[in-house]
Amino acid sequence: MADHNYLLTVLTFFPLLGTFALLLLSGDDHVWIRRLTLVTSIIEFLLSLLLLRGFDLTIGGYQFEEVYAWIPSLHIHYHMGIDGISLFLIILTTFLTPLAVLCSWNSIHEHVKEFFAMLLVLEMGMVGVFCALDLFLFFVFWEVMLIPMYFLIGIWGHGRKVYAALKFILYTMLGSILMLVGILWLYHLSGTAGNPTFDLPAIVGMLRSGQISLPWHTEFLLFLAFILAFAIKVPVFPLHTWLPDAHTEAPTAGSVILAGVLLKMGTYGMLRFCLPLFPEASHRAAPVIAVLAIIGIIYAALVAMIQHDLKRLVAYTSVSHLGFVVLGIFVFNPTAMEGAIYQMLNHGVSTGMLFLVCGMIYDRRHTYEFSELGGLAKPMPVLCAFFLFACLSSLALPMLNGFIGEFMVLIGTFEHHPAWAAWATSGAVLSAIYLLWAYQRVALEKVTVAKNENLPDATPRERLILITASIVIVFMGVASPLFTHRMDATTNALLQQVGGRAYNVRARHVTPLSAQPSQHELALRSVTLERRAQP
Amino acid sequence: MFPPLQDLYRIAPELVLCAFGMLVMLIDPFVPVGRKRSMGWLAFAGALVALASMHWAAMNQGSAYSGLFRTDMFSLFVHGIVIGVAALAILGSLDYLDRENLQRGEYYALILFATAGMGILAGANELLTAFIGLEMSSISTYILAGFRRNVLKSNESSLKYFLLGSFATAFFLYGIALTYGATRSTRFDVINQAIAAHGSGALLILGLGLIFVGLGFKVVAAPFQIYTPDVYEGAPTPVTAILACGPKAAAFAVMLRIFYSAFGNASHVWFWAIWVSAVLTMCIGNFAALVQTNVKRLLAYSSIAHAGYILVAFVAASEIGVAAVLFYLAAYAAMTLGAFLIVAHVGGTNEQCLNIEDYAGLGTKHPWIAACFALFLFSLLGLPATGGFLGKLYAFQAALDQRIVWLVVIAAVNSVVGAYYYLKVVVAMYFHESNKEWAPTPMHAPMFIVLLITAIGTIYLGVLPNRLMELALASARSLR
Repeated sequence: MADHNYLLTVLTFFPLLGTFALLLLSGDDHVWIRRLTLVTSIIEFLLSLLLLRGFDLTIGGYQFEEVYAWIPSLHIHYHMGIDGISLFLIILTTFLTPLAVLCSWNSIHEHVKEFFAMLLVLEMGMVGVFCALDLFLFFVFWEVMLIPMYFLIGIWGHGRKVYAALKFILYTMLGSILMLVGILWLYHLSGTAGNPTFDLPAIVGMLRSGQISLPWHTEFLLFLAFILAFAIKVPVFPLHTWLPDAHTEAPTAGSVILAGVLLKMGTYGMLRFCLPLFPEASHRAAPVIAVLAIIGIIYAALVAMIQHDLKRLVAYTSVSHLGFVVLGIFVFNPTAMEGAIYQMLNHGVSTGMLFLVCGMIYDRRHTYEFSELGGLAKPMPVLCAFFLFACLSSLALPMLNGFIGEFMVLIGTFEHHPAWAAWATSGAVLSAIYLLWAYQRVALEKVTVAKNENLPDATPRERLILITASIVIVFMGVASPLFTHRMDATTNALLQQVGGRAYNVRARHVTPLSAQPSQHELALRSVTLERRAQP
Repeated sequence: MFPPLQDLYRIAPELVLCAFGMLVMLIDPFVPVGRKRSMGWLAFAGALVALASMHWAAMNQGSAYSGLFRTDMFSLFVHGIVIGVAALAILGSLDYLDRENLQRGEYYALILFATAGMGILAGANELLTAFIGLEMSSISTYILAGFRRNVLKSNESSLKYFLLGSFATAFFLYGIALTYGATRSTRFDVINQAIAAHGSGALLILGLGLIFVGLGFKVVAAPFQIYTPDVYEGAPTPVTAILACGPKAAAFAVMLRIFYSAFGNASHVWFWAIWVSAVLTMCIGNFAALVQTNVKRLLAYSSIAHAGYILVAFVAASEIGVAAVLFYLAAYAAMTLGAFLIVAHVGGTNEQCLNIEDYAGLGTKHPWIAACFALFLFSLLGLPATGGFLGKLYAFQAALDQRIVWLVVIAAVNSVVGAYYYLKVVVAMYFHESNKEWAPTPMHAPMFIVLLITAIGTIYLGVLPNRLMELALASARSLR
């Protein structure tokens, strides 16, 4: 695959090229600014599809790798590479960005050029995060990405936008700075083993081979430093308070990206860093994290129920749904883990679509208050139909994408911890309640506010956005093996890494991986059967 | 006895700086009042020649004047920083002095003399030479701080700086005396041997403590940082820019030499003192900066905080630690110089616009200035892809390498506290609407060049820091 050698670099920095091109345009030339951004993001999406073509299903390790020396004095490399986990997250990113661009078409009036430039810089950061395999490089992308998001919320947001932007960036930085200390400590450890490096695969290899021996308390502290950064990003239950503010006050495009991609970076980080680097600590901490995740599922669902602001409600659904992902990661079961990865993608698309609908309603009414909405199905039947569709996808209706992910997580969890699965399932029920109730309050009943009677229905541009998202939702709902197949090798490799060492610690948490049809394949089959049983 | 020619080469930068300083003083009376600006260009040329003359010094590395002075990679590195700062600050002062009606030759001459003093500090290999360098740079900067004669705050600044600074140098001198008493020498290498031979007695520890008081004052390490905000606020802003970068770099340089070369064998004595001082410096700087409303004061506190981060690397007491200090000083100089000069520019006539509210809407009105300022602030904050981040990373890494974990954790948390107040300024610039009419100060070529150089430098050090890191490492190796 020699011809793909630069693909990840191109993919990462192509949006930056678009940004520079944007800067050359005049600030008043709104039409061309939008077009250029859209074209850039669509080309980026097509480029990212090239990854699918060259991706080797059988390899559990990294592919499309690129390694160059960057800062030799500190042994920092420019090391890019993807595996089955990051592959679809990159495609998710490049898929959501054009939608975000399209949905901002007419809703951004001030500093249009800067807005779209920020969006593209953000895309660069996000793709970079998913590609980076050098801890330092990862951290650079991870932090650089904060700046455009900060500006997106702070300049183009609504309401208490400055507060939300500050809260967002300070929360995230607090977590990530401790991760930086952790990264430096790993670097130091690799140095004491005679091979100082920031390279993730190298460090993982040294840890596994015993070249670096981590005393238990050190491993635990390091694990804490990493998991805190990721848990804030996800966010896991007690650390979630930045999220409703940031999501609610952000412009639609910002919310879509935040919910669609940024939150996944937390769970991605857990998979990519916490598990392989600190398997023992991960296993020991798993019960705590899983319980927090379950609390988050239920708590956020309950809180979502009582919101009187549509966007805030959707924001809380993210906390709830991401709880499933975290749970799926920390039960160390192939089915659950694959479900978690799949759920990351599903959540990105369905919550992204929910936010898109919210934004469209906001464009018309400039409010998210339920009391100001109501009966919208009458003036806007098409928009509300899509809204219902997004809700159904989010509440995991079979045939739609959300179902498969949640189901796999629950099935995987049930094998080891039936009680956890039972509690988590209640979250799925609650999600049906709050989403359908929200739909009812927004779309059904009578038109209570006079202003709502003559609202225009979805424009062709909006229909295009919603149809695209819906197609993907259905596609992911019925063709899940296309996605999960590509994760198999990576998931197995990862679980072998994590599980292998953890045998000595707590055997009952670990499912041995055998050559027979693995449990997750069986689960997949059952999913497929169930789907066929649907009318 | 005339010194050998090689010795002259070794102090070529200082000679050039002093020569140009005197030249400026001599020519100045004959230049008509309206054309004093040319003196600035002359001084700038002097700084450039001094930079070029570092080549001679580099060709003739070694000890000069019977070991009083040392020209090595280390001193050259610091020379590069302080002379570069001086050159850029001179450029940045041209318009400022015109606007404030202060355009006078001696201003530039004083900058050159102060820089020569800093150069001597960087190369000093003996305590009294260090003292001379310290005095030379201090006295010049005392005067510079009070250069806005008609402004009360500037007078206050100068007087405070002078009185407290004199105290500090007196302490320093007393420390020298005690050290001499204990070791019978003022030369660093001899002191080191004496400590190795006889251990460190009470007299020596007291001497070291007093030396730390004197130098701590210059590098604004807590608890000797009290004067900083007032002095920095009152001084003309370009002078503040120099104060924050130049003397700090030079004082850190001499501190490194004294603590590593002379007192390297007594590192157990000073380790905890510096450790505590680092924590105090970071915390005081950051937490006090949180409540500032004046940008100049805010940056003054931030400069205290950054001294704390540098001390973190200092504590490491290793080769990488020294390299980290040097790298940090360079990165810090670029971003701080840029930030203060933007404050000088935005401040307008009489430095009226110094409050954070005055920056409201800058992002719309002057997008490029705001973008530069945001870049410097992000760099001070320590976001990746800027010099500030690499500096911090290097410093933390140096400390972690010596297993100084908790100090690094404190520093890391501190840098998040710092994020809040830096972002406060960014918030004002971009998220708030300007509530008053802007009388934009015209941006002339010199200022533009300075901003360009500092901004590019900040990004360069953040993205491709390797060259400078290797240089810093080589410099650290040359420091025995």
